[in-house]
This record gives sequence, structure tokens and C-alpha cells, in this order.
Amino acid sequence: MLLGLILWLLVGGALAGFSERLHPNAPRWLSLAVLAVAGLMFWSLPVGASLELPWIPRFGIGLILALDGLSYALVALTLFLGLVALVSSWSEIDRNPGFFQFNLLWTLAGVVGVFTALDLFLFFVFWEVMLVPMYFLIAIWGHEARAYAAMKFFLFTQISGLLMLFAILALVYLNYEATGVLSFAYADLLGARLDPDIAFWLMLGFFVAFVVKLPGVPFHTWLPDAHTQAPTAGSVILAGILLKTGAYGLLRFAVPLFPEAALDFRWPAMLLGAVSILYGGYLAYSQSDFKRLVAYSSISHMGFVLLGAFAWNALAVQGAVVQMVAHGFSTAALFMMAGALQQRLHTREMDQMGGLWMRAPRMGAVALFFVVASLGMPGLGNFVGEFMVLLGAFKVDAPLTIASAVGVIVAAVYALSLMQRSFQGEPNPAVQRMADFGAREMSVMILMMAALVWLGIYPETLLGLSEPAVLGLGVAP
Amino acid sequence: MTALDWLALAPHVALLAGALIIVLVVSFRRSHGGALAMTAAAFAIAFLALFPALEAAPREVTPLFVFDGYAAFFSGLFLIAGLATVLLCRRYLEGRARHQEECCILLALATLGAMSLASAQHFASLLLGMEIVSISLYALVAYPEDGHPPLEAALKYLVLSGVGSATMLFGMALIYHATGTMLFVETGAAFAAAGRAEAWLLAGQAILVAGIAFKLSLIPFHMWTPDVYQGAPAPIAGYLATVSKAAVFAVLLRLAWSAELLEGSAAFAIVAAMAVLSMIAGNLLALLQDSVKRILAYSSIAHAGYLMIGLLALAALADRAMAVETSLMFLAGYVAMTLTAFAVVAELSPAHRPADADQAEPTPAFRPGDADLVAAYRGLFWRRPMLASALAVALLSLAGIPLTAGFIAKFYLFAAGVEGALWGLVWALIVGSAISIYYYLKIVFAMTERAEQGEPPSASILGTATAITLALAVIALGTYPTPLINAIRQIVAALQL
Repeated sequence: MLLGLILWLLVGGALAGFSERLHPNAPRWLSLAVLAVAGLMFWSLPVGASLELPWIPRFGIGLILALDGLSYALVALTLFLGLVALVSSWSEIDRNPGFFQFNLLWTLAGVVGVFTALDLFLFFVFWEVMLVPMYFLIAIWGHEARAYAAMKFFLFTQISGLLMLFAILALVYLNYEATGVLSFAYADLLGARLDPDIAFWLMLGFFVAFVVKLPGVPFHTWLPDAHTQAPTAGSVILAGILLKTGAYGLLRFAVPLFPEAALDFRWPAMLLGAVSILYGGYLAYSQSDFKRLVAYSSISHMGFVLLGAFAWNALAVQGAVVQMVAHGFSTAALFMMAGALQQRLHTREMDQMGGLWMRAPRMGAVALFFVVASLGMPGLGNFVGEFMVLLGAFKVDAPLTIASAVGVIVAAVYALSLMQRSFQGEPNPAVQRMADFGAREMSVMILMMAALVWLGIYPETLLGLSEPAVLGLGVAP
Repeated sequence: MTALDWLALAPHVALLAGALIIVLVVSFRRSHGGALAMTAAAFAIAFLALFPALEAAPREVTPLFVFDGYAAFFSGLFLIAGLATVLLCRRYLEGRARHQEECCILLALATLGAMSLASAQHFASLLLGMEIVSISLYALVAYPEDGHPPLEAALKYLVLSGVGSATMLFGMALIYHATGTMLFVETGAAFAAAGRAEAWLLAGQAILVAGIAFKLSLIPFHMWTPDVYQGAPAPIAGYLATVSKAAVFAVLLRLAWSAELLEGSAAFAIVAAMAVLSMIAGNLLALLQDSVKRILAYSSIAHAGYLMIGLLALAALADRAMAVETSLMFLAGYVAMTLTAFAVVAELSPAHRPADADQAEPTPAFRPGDADLVAAYRGLFWRRPMLASALAVALLSLAGIPLTAGFIAKFYLFAAGVEGALWGLVWALIVGSAISIYYYLKIVFAMTERAEQGEPPSASILGTATAITLALAVIALGTYPTPLINAIRQIVAALQL
């Protein structure tokens, strides 16, 4: 059934692609139906579902998929944000909608695979498979500088992916030499005993691949370009889900496979996390482009995940999980807002906005909600995530945690300035009329608001789900 | 010659007989379609003859040839690739050459030469096979009657390939001088007996390897490749990049394991240096090109470098079977994806128009001649979705993206390199692959652009179907390689390395 879910998304993508010949609107509706069925299939899966089939026995490679609490939460997020992406692209994409939906669904399939694969080869395959359709989404439906952005995105992730492939193979062969079992299965490699020096380098191979995706400073430069140039649906998926694959990789693979090496690398990694939080926030504040500001704020928010992942105690890691989910919602919503503004005003420059609340009060209210969520307002999901990460990290390294806590203030500065420059202040005379959000857009926005409020008030739903999985990764108590 | 010998030779005989029959028929009555059908039938019969022939394998037929699973594998690969080339030539040569029959005959003969190389175990048969391939290809490269570039390419290929052959011949002479034998296995034994220090022998091996490097277009012996690929007709360029290279590699690999070619540290170092140079410089030079055929030429140079990892693993791995398995898997993937790319280029190349039809000025990007500039591919996704998808699959596969044959091929190289601790080569592979992504994606991106362009020529059903089939093979090999892996492991195990 788990494999069925992934295959269904792939097949559905192909169907949606071909349906364009029937009617220009067919791909959208078909894609919606595919996602609905995928949602039902996912609903029927229990936490802990798993599957194991031989694939390339020559190298001990199997189709091993499993759905523990952590994967469950992230797959649910993926399918939901897939729906958000579909809705946000509903009226934006009018050229080649078939191929667009094809790429959208194939990206989702790749991401679901990444979140469930427990065979390192299979994981790598999915890791790359989600890349190609994403590349097409940016390269074909992106904005003015899409060629540059798409190429940069692909090169960064692909090159770091090659390093990871090398690390995977080295790990597998070292394990083969030690035990005589040639296997790519996660379970077989978990206990691999390695020379500490080699383990350190292999861990770095994984670390680089995941931190590029996360992204952490200094590997973040692809992100603002890719996010800004991507079409709205692309940005939603990129920020909402693809960044999480990097975080997930750190939690699932980089640290558990090399626990000692990760411990040695804890301080530099947490430093990178803290730097990402502060530097990302600083850069976000200096932007005049609505979408670019949101993109930079992602770097800052994902810095908390990096911090939490390497603090590696239950509190911090759980916080990182909450942060991943909450950031998925809040950023997806803000990118959708950016897309809606661009569609209406044909610009992303905040200088040409101002006072938009007057013209579109519903959009203003929604924007305010997600802006305060993003700056970490207590009672909403992002606050819970950041607070838990800081609390957990404080036990490990107080100075870095204090520095990171400053990031929360920086967040308030850039987030409020975003709100002020676009929706408040003197109404820009150039914008006399602007359509407000319609029912289609409002309904997904309300869903995301409800999710964030729920996460903020009763995070136990998510924490209870992910706790056994997180403890199973071997975190410190 | 016993009946079993004839059985083992059946595929060769079938193909040769096919070529001769076409010669006879054509001298009485010319017909493009008829020649095409007969050639296709000859290829198909030769392919089917491989299976009964395998019953007799391994079979030594005269001291010159040995027909074993290894030879059968390569013969099958060459027959498929040769057939694809024949099908692609059909539309490509329309308007370029008055007669197509000779092209079919020459391709059958070239494939015969390549098959002989795959079963050669003696220097005489090595030279024989190599010359049959080369001489057929000189004519094939110059086949179109309509222009200067094919002639120039053919001349370049003639001179440089001739130099390569002469170099090889000289190397063989030196080895013969030192050992008194031309059988691969016996030169290996003599090499071991001489304590690996016999100067004539070492010199002979070095020169032989240099000659083969010419044919494989390894840097620094690569100069001819981009020019010849660019000037040659697109389907023939594909044939050059796949069958002719794979055949030379097939014999080189057999030579390496039976004649202990790489046991001396000097030979190993030379090949390793050429491999690293080809991987890095080949990919760097490809970055500078704006012609798709030249990009593919440099990419084939880089892939020749990757291929050397399989050869070097033979000396580096305790498990020699793994090295051969790696090479065969890599070549299967390489042939499929490279041929797909050239197939699409061929399909998109409009023929020259007669001079008086020049009133309708063709748009610059689709001027007559080969679809060559990257600009000619702009917007292809929207105008020729099938061909564009096939090319995208081929390019992504060349770049090594998972679920394509190219990924499995590179994965094997990685595995062999890591297992054999060939770290320098593995790093070169990583760096080379990283560089290559840029220029492959450049073409893919051009195809996705929205550009108002002149219409590309109407594609033929035959050519498009060939390209699509090849692309599907690339995907099939990439998603479920297990059957091929099992077949190759069986073949390699029977070699008893």
C-alpha cells in the first residue's frame, strides 16, 4: 500500500499529463482527484506500515519502505501541501497545464519516497527523482531569471548528492568488509562499526547533501534564487516540503548512522545553525522583494532545525520536528500570498505595494496571521517548535543557544517590516483596485491557519505521533 | 571446421550472407525499401542465431576466434545498435544521397567487423576486425553526397584512424618480437615468464595501448573526435560513438585479462592518467561547445574515461569478475543512451533542399544540415514532445540521474572504484559528472524554452519509433536492471577469470 501510494502518484501524474489533450482544464481536476485518492490511501495506512521487496539483489538493494511516526507526519504534510500547491496554481498556470501537473505529482511522489525509504540506495534514487520534475517546474513556469535559478538549484543539489552517493557506497563497502554482508538496508548499516576518522568524512558527505537542501549557511545561495523564480506552486513545494527532506535526512541518516562522528561535529554544526538563524534573518530584512524576503526567512527558520538536530536530545529533536511542520504551513501560506500578489499586481517589489489592506482586507488579515506565526507568536505552531529547540539546545551549548534566541527578535523585525511595507501604511496610489481572496484561496488558508493554531495550542497530537520514532533514532533523553 | 564450429560462427555467417545477398540483389534491381527490409532481416536472423550459437559456447574456432558468452553479449549489443542505425539512416539519407542500399551493406559489414573484435583472441583477428570496422566507417562518414563537412570528417577520420592502426600494428610487432606469439593468452604467459621487465615487451604494450586509445578517443588522443562526429551524418556519428568504441573496448578488455596487460605498474599508471584526463578535460571542453554534436562528442570522450575505471578495476580488484561485469553493464547503458541522443539529432536534421527551392527561406535555426546548434532545440518540448522526451531521457541518463541506465552504469563504476580503492579515479568521476550536468542541462533547458521557431522537418514514424524504443530501453535498464545483471553475471562466471 505504501508502494502503491508512490506508484499511484506517478501513474496519476502521467495520466494528468496526457489528459491535457482532452480538455485544457482536465489536468487540474484530474490532479485534484489523484491527490484525493492518494489522501484516502494514506488515511488507510497505519503508523508503522512497512514493506520489503527485493530489487537489485546483486548489491543487497531492496525496496524497503516504512512509515514510522516521523515519516507519517511528514508524508501527511507533503500530501496536504501538494493540495495547497495545486490550489495556488489553479489559475496561475495556463500554459501546458498537463506537463505542469505531471511534474507536480512526480515531485510529490519523490518526496513521499524520500520520507519513507529505508534503503540507502532507494533513498538516493528518490532524492534525485524529486529533483528533476522540480527543475522543470522552475525552468518552464518560472519568472524572468528562471534559467539561472533552475540551473543553480540543480547543480547545488546534484553535486552534493554525488558526495552523498559516494559516502553511501563507502559506508556499504566498509560494512561489507567488516561483516561480509553486502546490503544497503538502513537497519543493517545502523550498527556499522567504522574507523572514527573515516566515519567523520562519511558523515560529512551526508551532512553536506542535507545542509545544502536545508539550506544552511554557507550552502544557502541557491535558495533565494530558486524560490523567487519558481512559480507559486513550485515555491510552496520547495519551501514547504523539499527543505524538510534535508532536515529529515539529518535526523534519519546523518546523525544515527554516525553517532560518534556527529557528536564530534556537534559544535560546528550548531554554530552553522545559529549563523543561519541570524544571517538569514539579517538578509531577509534587507530585501525589497516580497518573495525573496520570505525565502531568506526560510533559511533563518531552518537554522533552528539544524540547531535542534545536532543538539540531539529528545526535546530539541521533537522541537525540530514541530518546527518543520509549522514552517511548512506558514511559509507555504506566505509564498501563496506572494504569488497571489504577483498575479494581481505583476510585481514582487514591496515599494510598489503599501496599504493593500484597504484594497483587500481578507488578504491583509491572512497575511497578518502568517506573519505573526512566522515571527514566533506564542499560541501558534512555530513558537512551540522554536521554543523547544532552544530549550533543548540550551542544555548542550548555552552561548550558541543564547545567540540563536536573538534570532527570534530578528524574525520579529523582518516579519513586521514585511507586513508594514506591503499591507499597511499609505495606500499606494498606483494600486486602485485589487481582487481579494476568493473562496478557493480562503479555504486552504483557513485550513492552514487551523493547523497552526492546533499545533500551537495542543502540539501533543504531533509530539505523541513522533515521539516513539524520535526515541527510536537513538536521541539522548 | 566441425559442425560445432559452424554453429558458433552462425551469427557472423548470417550477417555476412545477408550483406552478400543484398549486394547481389542490388546489382540487379535497386530499391531502398527492399534493401532496408533485407538488412533488418539479416540483423534479426544474426541476432536469433546467437542463441543456438551459445549452445556451442565457449568454442574456439581456429586460433583466431573464440565464441563465448562474452562475445555473444557484445555481438547482441552491436546487432541491436546496428539495426537502430540502419533504421535511422533511412530518413536521414533521403535528399542527402541518391542511393541508400550501399549504406545498409556497409553497416552490416561494420557490424560484422565489430562482432569479430568481440571474439578476437589473436592479434591477427584484432587487426582484421578493427580494419573491417574502420574501412566501412570511412565510407559511411563520407556517404552523403551533398556537402563538404562529411568529406572533411571522413578524411580526418581516415588519416587519424590510419595512424592509430599503424601504431597498434607496430606495438604488436614489438610484442611478437619479444614473445614469438600473437595469441593473447600466450603473450600473457611470456610476459609473466619474462619477469615483467622485458623492454621490447613493455614498449610494445605501451604503443599498443596508445593505438587503442586513439580508437577509444581517450585524451590526449582525442583530437579527431569532435570534428569527425560533427561532420559525420548523425546516425553514423552515433554508430561511431557506440559500436565502434564498444568493439574496441571489448577486445581491449579481453586482451587485458588474458594477456595480463595491466599487471605492469607502468601500463596501469598510463591508462589511469588517460582516464582521469579524459574525465576532467573531456567534460571541461564540452562546456565550451554550442554544437550538440560536439557536446555529445566530448561527452563520449568523458565516457571513454569513465569506462577505463572498469578496465583498471581488473587489475585493482581481487574479484576480477566484478570488473568485467562493471564494464559490460556500463557499456550496455552507454550504448543505449548515446544512441538515443544521436537518434533524436538524426531525426531533427532536415535534408538539403534542391537549390531552386530556396525561395522559402528556412529559418536560421533550422537551416538545412544537421540540427546542431543548441539554439535549434529551443522549444522542442512543445513542438515535438515525443522526440524531446526521448532526448531528455538520454541526456539525463548521460548525466547519471537515477531510474535511467546511465545511473546504474555510474553506480557500477562507483562500486567497482570504491571496492578496488581507486580513489583518484572515483574523485575524477565525481568531479567529471558534476561538470557534465551543466552542459546536458543546457540542452534540456533549451528544449523547454518557449521560442517561436521555424518548424523542424516532419519526423518519420520509423525514426521516431526507434528513438522512443531506445529511450524506453534506457528507462527499463535504469528501473529494473536485475535481469540484465543476472545474465551478465552468468556470462562472466563462465569466463572463469
